[in-house]
Amino acid sequence: MSAATAVAAAPSPKPGSAWRLSDRIGLAFAWALGLLFCALTVAIIVYFLIEGIHYLRPSMLVTNPKAGFNQSQTGGFFAPLAGTAILAAMSMAIALPTGIGIAVWLSEYGRPYALARVAESTIEMLAGAPSIVLALFGLLLFQTPLLGFLSQTTNGVVLGPSFFAASAMLSLVGLPLVVTNVREGLQAIPSHVREASYAVGKTKIATTRRVLLPAARPNVITGAMLGVGRIIGDTAIVLILLGDTLTFSPSSGFLGLLRGEGTALTSFIYDNAPSGELNQPQKAYAAAFVLIVIVLLLNLVVELAGRRARRMRWS
Amino acid sequence: MELRKPPPVRRLTGKEGGPVAGWSATAPNGNGNGNGTANGAGQLAPPSFTTARRLVEPSTLAIDRMHVEQLSVSYGPKRAVADVSLPIRQGEVLALIGPSGCGKTTLLRSLNRLTEITKGTSYSGRITLDGLDIASMEPTELRRRVTMVFQQPNPFPMSVFDNVAYVLREQGRRRPRKRELQQPVRDALARAGLLEEVEGNLDHPALRLSGGQQQRLCIARALAANPEVLLLDEPCSALDPQSTKVIEDLIVKLREDVAVVIVTHNLQQAYRVADYVGFMYLGELVEYGNGPTIFGSAREQRTKEYVSGAFG
Repeated sequence: MSAATAVAAAPSPKPGSAWRLSDRIGLAFAWALGLLFCALTVAIIVYFLIEGIHYLRPSMLVTNPKAGFNQSQTGGFFAPLAGTAILAAMSMAIALPTGIGIAVWLSEYGRPYALARVAESTIEMLAGAPSIVLALFGLLLFQTPLLGFLSQTTNGVVLGPSFFAASAMLSLVGLPLVVTNVREGLQAIPSHVREASYAVGKTKIATTRRVLLPAARPNVITGAMLGVGRIIGDTAIVLILLGDTLTFSPSSGFLGLLRGEGTALTSFIYDNAPSGELNQPQKAYAAAFVLIVIVLLLNLVVELAGRRARRMRWS
Repeated sequence: MELRKPPPVRRLTGKEGGPVAGWSATAPNGNGNGNGTANGAGQLAPPSFTTARRLVEPSTLAIDRMHVEQLSVSYGPKRAVADVSLPIRQGEVLALIGPSGCGKTTLLRSLNRLTEITKGTSYSGRITLDGLDIASMEPTELRRRVTMVFQQPNPFPMSVFDNVAYVLREQGRRRPRKRELQQPVRDALARAGLLEEVEGNLDHPALRLSGGQQQRLCIARALAANPEVLLLDEPCSALDPQSTKVIEDLIVKLREDVAVVIVTHNLQQAYRVADYVGFMYLGELVEYGNGPTIFGSAREQRTKEYVSGAFG
């Protein structure tokens, strides 16, 4: 029986029409779930966009929060916004180099083997650790007198909460995302590209710096952006380790500000939610809108980086 | 079994119209230090290694560059190359042919010690480059003198210019700067026959070039280090026939300046470009000889069968 006769006997059916019923039901189910998921996400975003735009005033972005009893008295959320930016910058300043270093070690060296495996599982555990636990641990850590220089001290007691403390712990939240993404990017580079660099007399370090990391740049960007997304969305660490004040502490200088307590968008939303102690839901919606827009922009960057990565590949 | 007539071939024309330096003529006759000057001093004007290396006439002599002596390479318990000896000469193209897994790529990679990257590799025997045992050389220095082009075009994710400049710069440095490197980079691109096509686009990403251009960029990169030996590991297997032709022409041209070793699956290609052919089977060098001998009147039964397409 030749292939030709088989084709003649069964003229190729329209794709889909020959599927069994169970397959079609399964497909429909998968479609429905997919659409439901999309609809849910879109609903959340659209709801906050509408609510947010409704309550957001440009002035809110530049005025500090004030204590008050109604929406017109409580000001805006400049300090929380700035706090979120500072936290994101400081945390990534720690997480990005560390994460890239760990990823290079895991992907390019992986030795000693046992230690690399331990580091791998540690990263995974860190990725799954509830941030409230990290926050609690961070508080204990930064209240020790040894680290007292990173926060403020009253009557010889180290307070603990500060931008330094919060950033240090938030960097642990962002770290796993950086490591996994960079590592994935490095491992996607074919081994013959490394060898091509060795084959013109380059060392491993030179190859990593000049060839591998540039090649993995889209993944570095993705990891960093996703990490920033996680960091600015984290609430527990900000509440416990940043003090959750109304504005920044009136300390002198930038260093003093970083050593002092502060506020960020997430804790601002938490406090202003209907159940929170400030209970100014309109402010909460407006701030939530800003937060969502930032996260969406970050995702856009991730998407663009991914597209670039797909275009620039070895065959 | 009838040997199918391969396409016409450009070949070095010596006095008898055959290949220049026969296997016996310049075989390592106890003078295994690989220095061709000593060898050819009797009959031919001896070239000076330091000055006249680039001026060697391919039609009159070939210089011994490397000697492989009783080389065996194993990956763990698996022996990939067994007791291979052969010379590698400038002025000639040496093609290694053989079925998959016969050790030809391993042999090629051991010439610039790239096999060392693979864990569990062990070897015995000796390889010399201009009389110097390569085991005693710094790998980075050796690999600048014996550069390599791979099966897949693999330009680095940077501009065309930087791909070549990368080789010319110190390890991880960014210096010397672009201006000082203009000339050497252009020279390398010109030698690889790519300069005309990328002139004006030197700042474009190398990964946007076509496959054939990418591969020639890789050759330019390999030539930028000014090597004595150029290793090519099936350089055309991922390319279309036109790009293949361009690269084959290039290989034939390059043999004047560097010793070229090419591993290929493609017998016709070996016939077209090679002056000497080594046939490998199961890790052993079954036969080594000039092109017409291997393809026309091989001594070994295995070689005859392979080149006539009986197996592999």
